[in-house]
Amino acid sequence: MPDLTMPAGSRLDPPRVNRRSFLSLAAIGSFFGAIGVALAGALRLPNPAVLPGPVRRFKIGFPDQFAVGSETRFEQESLFVFRDAEGVYAISAICTHLGCSVARAPNGFACPCHGSKFDLRGDVQAGPAPRPLPWLEVGRAADGQLIVFADNEVPEGTRFRV
Amino acid sequence: MASTATRPDRTTATQEFLHNLRLLPRTLKDAWFRIGHTPESEREVSQATFHNLFLHIHSVRVHVRTLAPAFTLGLGLISAASFVVLCITGVLLMVYYKPSTTLAYDSIKDLHYVVFTGRFMRNIHRWSAHVMVVAVFLHMARVFYTGSYKKPREFNWLVGLALLVLTLALSFTGYLLPYDQLAYWATTIGANIANSPRELTDAIGISTWFDPGGFQKRLLLGANFVGEDSLIRFYVLHVFVLPVLLIMLLGVHFWRIRKDGGLARPEEPMGGPAEWGGSMKRVFEPLATKTYGLMALVKGRRPTVNRGPENTVMSWPHLFWAELAVFMLTVAICLILSFYSDAPLKELANPAVPENPAKAPWYFLGLQELVSYSAFMGGLLIPLIAWVGLALIPFLDRRPGGEGVWFGTPGERRVAWQSLLFGLLTSVGMLAFTVNFGWLRNWFPRIHQLWIIAINPGSILVLLYAGWSLLVLKRKDSVRLAAVALFTCFLIGFTVLTYFATIHRGPNWQFYWWPSQWPVH
Repeated sequence: MPDLTMPAGSRLDPPRVNRRSFLSLAAIGSFFGAIGVALAGALRLPNPAVLPGPVRRFKIGFPDQFAVGSETRFEQESLFVFRDAEGVYAISAICTHLGCSVARAPNGFACPCHGSKFDLRGDVQAGPAPRPLPWLEVGRAADGQLIVFADNEVPEGTRFRV
Repeated sequence: MASTATRPDRTTATQEFLHNLRLLPRTLKDAWFRIGHTPESEREVSQATFHNLFLHIHSVRVHVRTLAPAFTLGLGLISAASFVVLCITGVLLMVYYKPSTTLAYDSIKDLHYVVFTGRFMRNIHRWSAHVMVVAVFLHMARVFYTGSYKKPREFNWLVGLALLVLTLALSFTGYLLPYDQLAYWATTIGANIANSPRELTDAIGISTWFDPGGFQKRLLLGANFVGEDSLIRFYVLHVFVLPVLLIMLLGVHFWRIRKDGGLARPEEPMGGPAEWGGSMKRVFEPLATKTYGLMALVKGRRPTVNRGPENTVMSWPHLFWAELAVFMLTVAICLILSFYSDAPLKELANPAVPENPAKAPWYFLGLQELVSYSAFMGGLLIPLIAWVGLALIPFLDRRPGGEGVWFGTPGERRVAWQSLLFGLLTSVGMLAFTVNFGWLRNWFPRIHQLWIIAINPGSILVLLYAGWSLLVLKRKDSVRLAAVALFTCFLIGFTVLTYFATIHRGPNWQFYWWPSQWPVH
C-alpha cells in the first residue's frame, strides 16, 4: 500500500520511484541502448574505409613536349597543363561547384552545367562556383616524364621548374 | 455446406475418398471464402469486407463525401496505383538489368531493342514514375487546400511528407541505373549537392575537422567519383531499401486514414439519411435521453462515436468500384503515354565530357535552377526549410474548421488567388532580373563565398514568401490564411522555377527563349 499521507508529485517532493519500476526502466533503457549502439555500429559499414576509383596520377609526357607558352588539354584526365617562362603547372578541369568538366573559354574556363566562369588562373569570375579551380601538384617520374598528382592540390601560382 | 464430415455406415474408405474428391471444388471454395458464396445481405458484405486481409483496410461503410470525385480527385489512389505499376514493371526490368558499369548500359539496350515488350515495360516504368511524382504533389496540394491535415490527422500529414521524400529519392536513384550520359552527370551533380555543406565549412575554414558534406557524398557514392560502387549502392536503394520503406509507410498512411476516421469531412448533424436496404433513408434517431458510445476506447470525434450511419453507403460495392476505376484510369494513362513516347537513353556514360546542358529529371529542375545560384543554399537549405515548413503546418494551424472542404475557411480562396499572383510576379521578376543583370559575383568578383550562399535569388524568394505570409497573418488575423499564402507561394515558385529551367535554360545554363535556339555543339 502506498503511503497516502505524503502528497506525491510536487516538484520538491517527487513521487518515489520504487525498485520494480526502476529496474524495468533500466531494463528497457539498456535494451534500446544496446540496440541503438548495435545499429550505429552496423550502419558504420556503408561509410567506405577505402575510396575505390581510378588512380588519379597521370604521366603526361616529357618536358620538351610542352613548349614555353603552350597549353594542353587532357580530356580523360580532366586537367589543363600550361607552361610559361617559370615552369609547368596543371589546373584541374573539374568545376568546384558540382563537379562538371569545364571547357576552355576565350579568357579562361566556363562550366557547361551551371554557368560558372573562371579566369586563366582558375579564379572565379561569375556563377555559383564556391572556390577557384585547384592547381595540381606536378612532378617528374623516374623515367623523366612529367607526372600530375591530380588528388594533390598546391597553392595557386606554384610552378614546376623544368 | 461441407456436408459429409463423418463416414456414413456401410460405406468403404474408397467410397468416402471418391465422395470427398467429388466435393473438392466446393470444399475448396468454402475453405477459401469463409462465407462460401457471393455475399448478398449487407451483413454478409460487412463480414466479407471485415474478414479479408486486403479488404479490411477499408471500413465496412464509407461516407458519401469520400466518394465524391471532386473532393479527392482520386489523387492519393492514383499515386498508390502508379506505385503498384512501378513495382510490377520494375521487377520485370530486374530480370534483365545488370548493375555494373560495363554491363548496365548494354542491358538497357537489350531491353530496348531485343527483349520482347522490354521497351514498352521500360516506358511504362518511366511514365508511371512521372505520374506518381505528379500525383503525389497534387495529392499534397489537395490535402492542404481542403484543410485535411487538421486534428486528428496531423501525424498522417507527416507520414505523407516522408512518402514524398521517398518518392523523389526513388526517382533520383532510378535515374543512374541506365548508366548513360544523362544518368552519370545528373548523379554527379546530385552527389555534389550532398557534398555542398562543404561550401559553408570551407568558407569558415573547418572542413578539415568537420565535413558533413564529404561524409554524405562518400555514403552515397562509396567513392569520390560516380562508378561501380555508386551504381551498386543506387541499385540496392532503388530496388530494395526505398521501396520497402515506402511500402511500410504506405501501410501506416492507409491505416491512419482508417484510424483517424476516414477522409476529412465537415461536422454534420446526427440522424441524417443512410443507404439502407438499397435506398437512402433515415435509420438512426438518437434519443436525447440516452448516451451512445462504442464498446472500446476511441480517441477523437471522427470515428462514429455517438452517431448512426448517417450519409454512409456500403464500401462493397461503392468504394471498391471507385478504386478499381481509378486504378484502371492510372494504368490507361501510363499505357497511352508509353505507347507514344519512349523513355530516353543517351550515349554511354563518359566521365570526361559532361552533357551540355546536364539536366536532372524535370521535378528536380526547379532545384537545379536554385543550385545554379548556390549549391548549398539552393540544393540543401531551401528544400530543407520548405520541407520543415510543410511539416509544421498542422502544428501551427490548430484552429478547427473547414476540414474536408475545398478552401473551407472564409476568405481562403481570395488569399490563394492573391498569393498565386504574388508568387508568380516575384518568381518571374526575380528570374528576369537575374538573367538580365546577373548577381553579386558579376558585380563584385572578389566577394566572399558566404555572401553568395546567404544572399542569392533563391534565398530572397524564400524571404519574400515568408514576408508575404507574415503580412497575411497580420492583416487577416488567421494562421490558416497565412499558411495558405505560404503554401501557394511555394507551390507557384516551384512550378515557375521548374518550367523556367526545363524550357529556358540551355547549354552553359544560359537563357534561351526556346530549346530550338540552342547552339549546335
